[in-house]
Amino acid sequence: MSAAVKPVDAAAAPARLPHDPANLVEVDDLRVHFPIRSGIFKTEKGSVKAVDGATFAVRRGETLGLVGESGCGKSTIGRAMIRLREATSGSVRFDGVDLTTLDTGELRKMRRRMQIIFQDPYGSLDPRMTVGSIIAEPIETHNLASGEAKDERIKDLLRLVGLDPNYVKRYPHEFSGGQRQRIGVARALAVEPEFIVCDEPISALDVSIQAQVLNLLTDLRTRLGLTYLFVAHDLSVVKHISDRVAVMYLGKIVELGPPDQLYAAPGHPYTRALLSAVPVPDPVAERKRKRVILKGDVPSPVNPPPGCRFHTRCWLYERLGQPEDCRTIDPPLTAVADEPDHVAACHYSNEALKTDVGIAHIDQNQVRRGTPASALASLIATKGTTEHEGVLAAPAFADVPEATETVSANDAFKVEDPSSTDTPTDRLDPF
Amino acid sequence: MVSADEDISAADAPTIVELSADDVLRARTEAVANAGLGRKAEHLLEVRDLSTHFFTPDGVVQAVDDVTFDLGYGETLGLVGESGCGKSVTALSIARLVPDPPGRIVSGSILFDGIDVLKLSTDDMRKLRGKEIGFIFQDPLTSLNPTLTIGYQIGEAIKEHMGLSSKAAQERITELLAKVGIPRPKDRLNDYPFQFSGGMRQRVMIAIALSCDPKLLLADEPTTALDVTIQAQILELIQRLSSEFGTAVLMITHDLGIAAGMCDRVNVMYAGRIVETGTVDTLFENPRMPYAWGLLDSLPRIDDVRGDRLRTIEGMPPLLIAPPKACRFAPRCDYARDVCVSSEPELTQREEPQHLARCWATEPGGWIG
Repeated sequence: MSAAVKPVDAAAAPARLPHDPANLVEVDDLRVHFPIRSGIFKTEKGSVKAVDGATFAVRRGETLGLVGESGCGKSTIGRAMIRLREATSGSVRFDGVDLTTLDTGELRKMRRRMQIIFQDPYGSLDPRMTVGSIIAEPIETHNLASGEAKDERIKDLLRLVGLDPNYVKRYPHEFSGGQRQRIGVARALAVEPEFIVCDEPISALDVSIQAQVLNLLTDLRTRLGLTYLFVAHDLSVVKHISDRVAVMYLGKIVELGPPDQLYAAPGHPYTRALLSAVPVPDPVAERKRKRVILKGDVPSPVNPPPGCRFHTRCWLYERLGQPEDCRTIDPPLTAVADEPDHVAACHYSNEALKTDVGIAHIDQNQVRRGTPASALASLIATKGTTEHEGVLAAPAFADVPEATETVSANDAFKVEDPSSTDTPTDRLDPF
Repeated sequence: MVSADEDISAADAPTIVELSADDVLRARTEAVANAGLGRKAEHLLEVRDLSTHFFTPDGVVQAVDDVTFDLGYGETLGLVGESGCGKSVTALSIARLVPDPPGRIVSGSILFDGIDVLKLSTDDMRKLRGKEIGFIFQDPLTSLNPTLTIGYQIGEAIKEHMGLSSKAAQERITELLAKVGIPRPKDRLNDYPFQFSGGMRQRVMIAIALSCDPKLLLADEPTTALDVTIQAQILELIQRLSSEFGTAVLMITHDLGIAAGMCDRVNVMYAGRIVETGTVDTLFENPRMPYAWGLLDSLPRIDDVRGDRLRTIEGMPPLLIAPPKACRFAPRCDYARDVCVSSEPELTQREEPQHLARCWATEPGGWIG
């Protein structure tokens, strides 16, 4: 072992430590394995290790982006975090409560505080239910409102996601993909969750519609003090929306950090390979690209490679002359460039930092081309504003705990009686 | 060393492609020049006033309406737009693969290497397709026949169009598989599509598309179903092979980043029409159509500063049944004036000779300079 391995910093790996109130969800050595059975007795022949030892936390009020290629386990983690999938081992603590030990009744109460938005806006809405009944379902399940209060609430929710409240009687097929995704968001918000798993929520949408839904999710987070796990394969989208970004490869988190650091100085060769593959809509930047062409496909999660899982495709491993520890020792998450908030699981992240591989085409000082200044000026001249230009910066993380404290998780949890003072509609009304 | 995936051998060590912009440009220029040798027309492909309509119970959908463009020998042209804008139907029209009924090419002409494609008999068209024009589709699983081996499917076109013996064909197939980067090509000839991953299947598709050295490759969203690292492999492969063989590429994509990295020129399509066209540099540096601005603005970029709000294009594309005689983007356009709703602008030239846009506001004398 030649590379310096630093002890994992507390902020980056809160698990195995007592519950930290700054964290809403804490994932500790989570494993989700799917058994492979075959033969007439259906004996277990092995297992797909979809998630294989993931440890991280989602802080209150933040958006944690989770990126990786298909099959890396990112969706499985998202689902396991709200116990839509049972963990094989390890734990998921939500606000300090271990979800894996809850019984059905307790879990149902807890579910009110966490929701999910799915990728497919066509498959995730029941075509035989009206929009009103789709959104009403979770409200009824959790006895949050009834009668007129419920109807009012549904209309509020539709308005909140930018849909006409008169749409309640319509069916999903009458809506476009982007509108359906808004309905999915309204349904998730109906129970006033604190935590939402966004599972590739914009991947199925067209470019111009993607931006609308992204803006909606950002606005809602600011207005309602939500916490997101944003699962996606698109690194540009994740950078745009996240306070911190986690990169997954073959069931493990290989790098985690704030986007400004992770995208500018990635410590893991896999992150660099991913970044090198992201197209930039700028021909000049495209010509500066240093592509890492990863050979072959992702190895099978049934039988992941020993040592570092990435070494079979790693360009840095080749460049360094195939060091032995990559093949034998699974590297832990360690601080990158002494930044406590930025960790990577690579024995040689110092070597990775010395190159510009993967980031040569990413110029943070580029001038964004799009609407020219002359056009913006003409907009201001005619309409007095450039309309959707209002820059709505994501809140700095440090401000968030106070903001969410007012709607303390425990209070929200206690609200089961819709007539109580802390009525959901108080929080819902953003206007 | 035990590897979980037997595909990964030492010969497949990851590589870092570091080519300077000049090298790339020189290689491309050379390839394009060579591709033009023995040319029969000024451009490999000349599409004029092409209209392809779909006759549905709800009315006539004007999926492609009055589309005109050229594609030079060896050139890579991007066709960019959102779903339903007519980019795929344009490609299908060129290959005369529009499903009929309900679709029909109602007017226009398509000259391929001097041949009027629309006047060819079905038989002659079949000879052109596969031999001179290769295809790659979005979904590599459904485009391959699951019941036939990879070797058979690649060999089909070679035997049909090149008249090679079984043995010579076998050699050619192996060579093609090696060219598209499939490890141990000899052993994999008798494998079926399900035994390949998505990226590998797309490589097989490329091998089929290039099997007869076509002059034109129609690539319809070839990487949309793939992961970003696999996408990079496939794009690099298409780029390399097209330079090597001098194949012209019509690259259909919704991803502006792919267009910026792959194409020499780009056509932007909206609601069945080309709304802007130019060299990749002018188009991205100085777009002259509000739809193109909107597309560029609404895209989160990896080199963005985080947290900036994205400008969006409000609303949705229009239905293409009986569209009004007006700018089709006007209802969603922030800059539209009365003239945009009362008459439709033509594709007219902007500052650069090859740069055309369809917009009243940015025409000379328009209200946006």
